[in-house]
Amino acid sequence: MSLPGWKQLPIGAVILTPGSSVEYKTGEWRTLRPEIDQEKCIRCRTCWMYCPEGAIQEVEEPYKTKTGREFKLTYKVDYDYCKGCGICANECPVKAITMVEEVI
Amino acid sequence: MGKVLPLGGNYAVAYAVKACDVDVITAYPISPQTTIVERLSEFVANGELNAEFLHVESEHTALSVAIGAAAVGARTYSATCSQGLALMNELLYIMSYIRLPMVLTIVNRALSAPINIWNDHSDFMSVNDSGWIMMMSASNQEAYDEILLGYRIAEDPRVLLPVITSMDGYIQSHVVEPVEIVSDEEAISFAPKRRSWVTLDPDKPVTMGPVGDPSYYFEFRRQLWEAMKESRKVFDEATEEFAKRFGRKYSAIETYMLEDAEVAIVGMGSFMGTIKAFVDRARRDGVKVGALRVKLYRPFPSEDIARALSNVKLVGVMDRALMPGSAAGGHLHHEVAFALRQAGLETKTIGFIAGLGGRLLTMDNVKQMVNVLINYKDKTVKELPKEPIFIGVRE
Amino acid sequence: MSKPLTVWDLPREEYLAPGHRMCQGCGAAIAFRHILKATGKDVIITMPTSCGEITSTVYPHTAWRVPWIHVAFENAAAVASGIAAGIEALKRKGFIPKDKDIKVVAIGGDGGTFDIGFQALSGTLERGDNVLYICYDNEAYMNTGIQRSGATPLGAWTTTTPVGKVWRGEWRPKKRKDLIAVAIAHNVPYAATANPAFPVDLYMKVKKALSIKGPKVIHVLSPCVPGWRIEPEKSVEVGKLAVLTGMWINYEYENGTYRVTTPVPKRKPVREYLRLQGRFRHLTDEEIKKIQELVDAEVARINKLVGKEVIGPVEG
Ligand SMILES: Cc1ncc(C[n+]2csc(CCOP(=O)(O)OP(=O)(O)O)c2C)c(N)n1
Ligand code: SF4
Ligand code: SF4
Ligand code: SF4
Ligand SMILES: [Mg+2]
Repeated sequence: MSLPGWKQLPIGAVILTPGSSVEYKTGEWRTLRPEIDQEKCIRCRTCWMYCPEGAIQEVEEPYKTKTGREFKLTYKVDYDYCKGCGICANECPVKAITMVEEVI
Repeated sequence: MGKVLPLGGNYAVAYAVKACDVDVITAYPISPQTTIVERLSEFVANGELNAEFLHVESEHTALSVAIGAAAVGARTYSATCSQGLALMNELLYIMSYIRLPMVLTIVNRALSAPINIWNDHSDFMSVNDSGWIMMMSASNQEAYDEILLGYRIAEDPRVLLPVITSMDGYIQSHVVEPVEIVSDEEAISFAPKRRSWVTLDPDKPVTMGPVGDPSYYFEFRRQLWEAMKESRKVFDEATEEFAKRFGRKYSAIETYMLEDAEVAIVGMGSFMGTIKAFVDRARRDGVKVGALRVKLYRPFPSEDIARALSNVKLVGVMDRALMPGSAAGGHLHHEVAFALRQAGLETKTIGFIAGLGGRLLTMDNVKQMVNVLINYKDKTVKELPKEPIFIGVRE
Repeated sequence: MSKPLTVWDLPREEYLAPGHRMCQGCGAAIAFRHILKATGKDVIITMPTSCGEITSTVYPHTAWRVPWIHVAFENAAAVASGIAAGIEALKRKGFIPKDKDIKVVAIGGDGGTFDIGFQALSGTLERGDNVLYICYDNEAYMNTGIQRSGATPLGAWTTTTPVGKVWRGEWRPKKRKDLIAVAIAHNVPYAATANPAFPVDLYMKVKKALSIKGPKVIHVLSPCVPGWRIEPEKSVEVGKLAVLTGMWINYEYENGTYRVTTPVPKRKPVREYLRLQGRFRHLTDEEIKKIQELVDAEVARINKLVGKEVIGPVEG
């Protein structure tokens, strides 16, 4: 990959694209992968709150469990950025998240 | 035209800063700079200048505050010297690299130790790699005018570099001379607030001062080189325009009786007055001596200097700061010798070190330098002294 | 007091983008997310040289979605003061709309706060500049590889307080510098401690601080995976244990009044906090007892300041 030369770069190393770190996919760091059991999840927001990457997404997606509980929200892991730290699994009050070996 | 007031260099500078309607002032007292900020404090205290004045706890903080203020688009001013400038050092490099404009006045003073509040150029020269545009005045009027030039050049979108203006401590800062001051409107019209740089603004978020790893750092240093080069054009335009508006013409170098000179003294700052006076005297005795004062130190006016000295046989370069252990002895000598060599000239040089820590330059001292030059002017390069000659020091 | 906030009060907006390079399980990253949720978009952040800085802005990438500046290691407070002054002047002169509320927040590490940045911080607080200063405290110089700082607690291993035949980790035989007391000594209107294991509390404190004019200080404990030698999934658990053992007390100071925001009726012994961390692994019972005594004394001091026993005795 060829990088821009000094004439192409904005002066003073100012970064004009806020949040551009999204181009850097930290999901590659992961060796363990969190998986959320939507059946067990009680939609408490704990994992979302504690994820250092902001890699747990809270989406307006309704979900109905087999036992008939209905939720407006669904929590999903953004595997592009999840580093696999395991905090979400450790903190989930109902143990709805399991860390599984990442197979390459 | 403007009013003429009897002003010490420091007060002159304070008037210029006021005329430029600066937004943020931040400085820490240090002799002989202190009366600049005292006078600015009075201006703000009396409502004559609408600026934020930050009473900081150190020069390091002064420049940090200046960087923060400039980063949101404020026109910012500070002044310091000597130990204060040394304490700022780290931030000088950072500010120029982030490409934020401001004007900082150095009231040239020796660096410790021994602690010494008197004038030389060790502080000024110690920051000559910091990426700032650097000027040195030789009169209070010029010190005043440099502030106006400084803001105009610093904030020019082709430049966006911070500017150091300077004057010699006590010799200029505390000696009263007539200074013509321009109206605030004239000053702002000459150095308009262009706010021409990227700023920290929540509506357009940017990141300043990131990590530049080996794949990027070098490119930003390269940019700085170019901006410095570009600033020379802007300096010339600005001084041209300044002359049109205010009748005083500055250039990167000031030459004196060089046309037919066989030997010449090159130097900076207020000592050049003594040197010119000696040149006048020597000329009456038929000695073909001239003088050259470097006003713009960064970017260094190499070509101008080479052109001006092309017919001179031997140049004595007077430094007022020491580069211990170096080949040239002093910074200015180093630059001038290189400029001559790059121009392919035969002109030889000798380094003089003079006036450290407030040691005055007497007519006898100048005479000594000129005598050295005359003695050596027809010698070969190999026969020249290999070390700088110390002028005015007791053996 | 308005009704206490809950986790559902935390806004969904993220102003710290993913793709930053903080370690797996970094406590500071959790803190940054919630600090930014509280500041919202109209903020300018200054950050000194530190883990937070180097991991979030590797050119050409930045994790910050708000304006952000790093200048040097010892001057985050000073840069923030300059920004606040610049905004003030530009508002007065009509370059920035007068009614535009731009907050200025400095976020520095413990080294950048307790040590090298202490003087600049004092200047900012002393002058009364309208800045919120947040110290994220991982209790050592992590960026440069876990060296001891003025905030390193007694007994902690670091690379400059190694455990050897003569040294036993951090040697300072007393409570470390009290940043909140330092802030209060500057007559600030608001100062608080917080901890990313309690994000709602942290969020509330940042919000509150930003509603007050003048200088404010928030001191945030930041569990650090390599520096504390903990498992990445444990950093929140360790943060919680810090509070449950009284090793860390979440409290706030506002206009002369102290309030503990996470009361702990029955404390756990500090041993439970220490044993999760490799940096304390070498400690003997005797040494742990000494740490317990320091914690007991601090708990008693805070209870006294609050005027009642909000942090209880060590259980059974
Ligand atoms: C003047 C100066 N001295 C030393 C350093 C090297 N340095 C950079 S960050 C750092 C430690 C930062 O520690 P802390 O503030 O606690 O932040 P952390 O990395 O732990 O989050 C050091 C020693 C520097 N950049 N500048
Ligand atoms: S912590 Fe567990 S229960 Fe709570 S939202 Fe996450 S997965 Fe669901
Ligand atoms: S494993 Fe860590 S990084 Fe991944 S989603 Fe859970 S908390 Fe976030
Ligand atoms: S070293 Fe510690 S503070 Fe730094 S990024 Fe890693 S976990 Fe966070
Ligand atoms: Mg630290």
